This record gives sequence, structure tokens and C-alpha cells, in this order.
Amino acid sequence: MASVTDRDLIDFVYAEARLLDLQRYDEWLALFAEGGHYWVPLQGSQQADPRSHNSLAYEDRLLLSLRVERLKDPRAHSQHPPSRAQHVLQQPFVERRDDDANVYELSTPFMYVEARAEQQLVLSGVYRHTLEHSGGALRILLKRVDLLNAEAAFPAIQLFP
Amino acid sequence: MNQYRGRRDSIRALVEDDRVHRDVYLSEELFALEQEHFFANTWNYLGHASQVPRSGDYYAIDLAGRPVMMVRQADGSIRVLYNRCAHKGTKLVTDTCGGTGKFFRCPYHAWTYKIDGSLLAIPLKKGYEGTRMSECETGKGLVALRHVVVYRDFVFVKFSDHGPDFEDYFGEALQSIDNMVDRSPTGQLLIEGGAMRNVIRCNWKMYFENINDTVHPVSTHESAVRAAESLWKDRAPDEPKPMAMEQILPFGSSYDFFDRMGGRVFANGHSLLGVNFSIHSGYSQPPDYEAAMNEAHGVERTLEILERSPQNSVFFPSLAVKGSPQAIRVIRPLAADRTLVEAWSLRVVGAPDLLFERTQTYNRLVFSPMSVVAHDDVHLFESVQEGLRAPGNEWVSLHRNFDAAELEQETITTNGTNELLMRNQFRAWSKFMTLGMEA
Repeated sequence: MASVTDRDLIDFVYAEARLLDLQRYDEWLALFAEGGHYWVPLQGSQQADPRSHNSLAYEDRLLLSLRVERLKDPRAHSQHPPSRAQHVLQQPFVERRDDDANVYELSTPFMYVEARAEQQLVLSGVYRHTLEHSGGALRILLKRVDLLNAEAAFPAIQLFP
Repeated sequence: MNQYRGRRDSIRALVEDDRVHRDVYLSEELFALEQEHFFANTWNYLGHASQVPRSGDYYAIDLAGRPVMMVRQADGSIRVLYNRCAHKGTKLVTDTCGGTGKFFRCPYHAWTYKIDGSLLAIPLKKGYEGTRMSECETGKGLVALRHVVVYRDFVFVKFSDHGPDFEDYFGEALQSIDNMVDRSPTGQLLIEGGAMRNVIRCNWKMYFENINDTVHPVSTHESAVRAAESLWKDRAPDEPKPMAMEQILPFGSSYDFFDRMGGRVFANGHSLLGVNFSIHSGYSQPPDYEAAMNEAHGVERTLEILERSPQNSVFFPSLAVKGSPQAIRVIRPLAADRTLVEAWSLRVVGAPDLLFERTQTYNRLVFSPMSVVAHDDVHLFESVQEGLRAPGNEWVSLHRNFDAAELEQETITTNGTNELLMRNQFRAWSKFMTLGMEA
């Protein structure tokens, strides 16, 4: 990619969700930039930053790797039976392009379903991706997951909304 | 279904010296009796005073099936009122927290109340002249709870007039709240950063037992610990660990470690796990914090405060406290097989931000609905709730280190893997469940 088109950015967001649905977690992890984060704020879209208020998850690559490694362990008890996820995305909207810095922001309304045995959990909200274009590839600086009901009491959310 | 109502001895027979009957977890009838008796006779945590900083601020929740709200008064005190309009029963507030100003106004028919609960004004007042309204319950305004204690900003209530007073009920267990508050150079904690809120399909008592279960981490948390260890194994031994690693890796501690940490029980179900040390003992203190503490408390007392770092202190049957990190868990039964668990973070006033960051990080890593540590706990609680239905064995074992001498004592210090800490909870359950109940 010499220069990034809106289409490239939109396709990236779709492809990222697809890797999660296919449980190709190692490839998914590789989409994150070195200092990239996955963030599910406890106040949803109202939250200013990850420090002043807590989050359901705020994870760098190390913690995300821990999640991915654990899922491979046969003694991850909560994965017997295993969870499955389906992301349903509305078309991502390119919110901001900064071609000088090679940084791009998108927002993507979503529905997320996580199923395990007889239980099914449905979450909804908006993804806010901050992507960086470097070395010919797009990488995730931040995937922010703004849940509609982030302050509700939840059962275990085991995969990656 | 009326197996236990009005049958005190049948209820007491569920708790033997070294085991409990499965009905304490499974029976909807016992759950209803718990709401009615057990949670009325015990002191339960409602909230923290810092959640209602200004006059007219309220925090409203359901506590043991009763809608209540704590309200900051104009004189700075805290009152707890039932959240129920005296007229038709409408909840006066439906947000969990907010500020009502100088009075409550019912949205249904505009009855108004002062923030102390007394009736202020009602529309069409003339229509009540000559009626019995003003002499009956309705005319008295909102019902205030009689038994409310604000202990170092932790607000506890008791619904019933039966049962021990606050100091007798908690006794020495209160030292764990003292220790957390004393960790502030100004003696002040603030609830901040929101709560991790979980709904678990298990009985609430199972969660309380697990808070004192030192034998489960080795097998339950095997996958999370192994993943953490594999990510960290190639690092130099002196490489400083990120906070998350510092907090997760100790979950892999041995049976021996947990046994040596020691436990202590107090009368009425309370306990202290980690009398000698805990998985939290390794946290280093920032130098500016130690200096501020020395200034406030003196060197000797500071050392004493900071040395104490238990794993969990249980304030049976609603609260579990960690002194460091400053994290509390509030356990709210919703049904025989459904429990709400909230983990709150406390900011230590006068301490560096690092302490609050530790607390928030710990709550997020270990008590979030997305926590990889909690996933295996929750799965196993739900698995027990289902497995208990199997015929052939109606009892849950609490035999480890049982000693008949324990029945004669109240405060006992013992090894960290002794199931005494769980037996002690059930003895209190039996006592307060049947307190004042006729045979």
C-alpha cells in the first residue's frame, strides 16, 4: 500500500473481526502495533481515558498474549465446552485521516454474540479503531470497544467483543 | 414446598460440625427464609460514605430484596431510608445515585419529603381531612432504618431489631477496615473508578467460601498462571515485572505457601486470611508515600500498618476487603442460584496515584467479567451449582483440619488451608438464620 484508501481502512476492520470469529487469535494479535491496546471502558463512550476510571479490559500486547495463550491450554476449565463468537458489523465510518502522521480513526457500530453450551450473551456498541500505517501495513494502535451497557452486571465475557 | 418454614430444627440440621447439606445452596425456600431472617438479623454493608459527598446525595440499591437508599443529610450525617413512597409504593429514585437537593418528590403523584424522610407536602391535602391517613404509616413519611452504623465511612445496616449490636457483631474483624483506612495519611478513602459488576449463576455462600479457599488456585487457575509464566520465563530474573505480571504470577503459589500464610476466624462468620503474609505482600511502597505515612502516624506505627497485608478479610455476609490493594468485594444474593458480585476500588487520600492504579489494575485483572482469572472461578461455581443436584451424596465436605475443640472457641488462629474459615461461616449462617425463630 503506497497510500491508504478509505476502502483499505474499512476492509481492515472487517478482516480483523473475521479473524476473531475464525479463532485465528495469533494472527489477530499480530495486527496490533508494538504499543497497541485493546480497551473496553467501563463507562462506554462517556469515558475520557483508561486511568481516571476503571475498564472491563485495558490490555497491551503482553496481556492479550496471555489471553490467547490461556485459550490454547486444555486446562482452561471455562472453555469446556468452548465459547464461540460472532461479530456483526455495520459499515465502518472513517472518522479522521491524518495522512502526514499515517494515523486513521474509524467507528463501527456492532452486534457481538458469544455462545457457550446453552448460554448466549449479546452485546452491542461501537468500535473505535485507531490505526497506524507503517512499513506498508496497517496496525492497531487502539481498538476501543464502547459497549452500550458497559456498566451492567455481566456474566463471564470470555472472548473478544 | 414447605420443608423449612417454621421448622427451626430442620434448618439447624443442615449444618453439621464438618459438612453442610446441599439444600443451603439449592433450596429456593431457604433463599426466601434467608432474605426474611438471616439478612435481617445480620449487619450488611450498604455503601461507602464517599458515594454521597453532598447534602441530598443518595445511593439507592436493593439489599436482600429491600429497596433502600442512603442519603447524606444537611448536618453531614447519613440516613438510610426505604426507597418507597408512603402513598402508593413508587420508588422515589430510580437512578442508582444522584443528588435530590433539599427534598424528594415522587414522580407519580408529587408527594414530597424532606431528605430526612419526613413528609413535606401532598397535593389535594384537604381531601385527607378527617381521614386516618395522618395517624397511620402513610402519614409518617418514608421509613428510616433504625440500625445504621457508619464505621470509618463504611455504611452498614441491620433490618431487624434482633441480633447483636454492631461492635459485638464484628468485634476484632473491624481491624481490617481500620488497616485500610489507616493506609491513608489523612485517614480518608474515596470510592472511585466504578465497579466491576458480575452476575454468577451460583449460590452466594459458594462465593464466600471461595474467598477463603486457598486450595483452589493451584488447579483452578492453572491455565492463567501457566500462560503468564510462559510469557515471562525467558526474561532476566532482575527485570522489573509489569504490574499485571506482579499481580497474576502469585496465583501460582504452592499449597505450602497458602498453608503458611495462616488464617483466623472470629465469632459470627468473619475471618482474616493471610495472617502472616499473602500474595499481596510483595508490593513495594513508593518512598514519598512512606514519608507521608511516617509524618502522619510515626515510623513505628507506619511499619505496623504497612506490614499487614492479608489476602482477604470477610465481613460476613456481604463484604470482603483487601487492605492492599484497596479493593473491596460486595456480594449480593439475587436468587438461590444467582449472585451479584461487585468489586470496587478505593483511592487512598494523600497517597501517590500508584496505589490507586494498583487497585484498579487488580480489580480489572481478577474481578472483571472479562478476567481470565475469574473465568475459571465462575465456571467452577456454576459447575458446583449444577453438580450438587446429583443423588447419592447430599453433603458438601468441610472436613479439612476439623478439630472438635474449635466448637468451644470464638477467635482461632490456624493454618491457611484449614476449612475452619468456611465452617465458621456456616455456623454463623445457622445461628442468624434461626435467631428468634420458634422451634
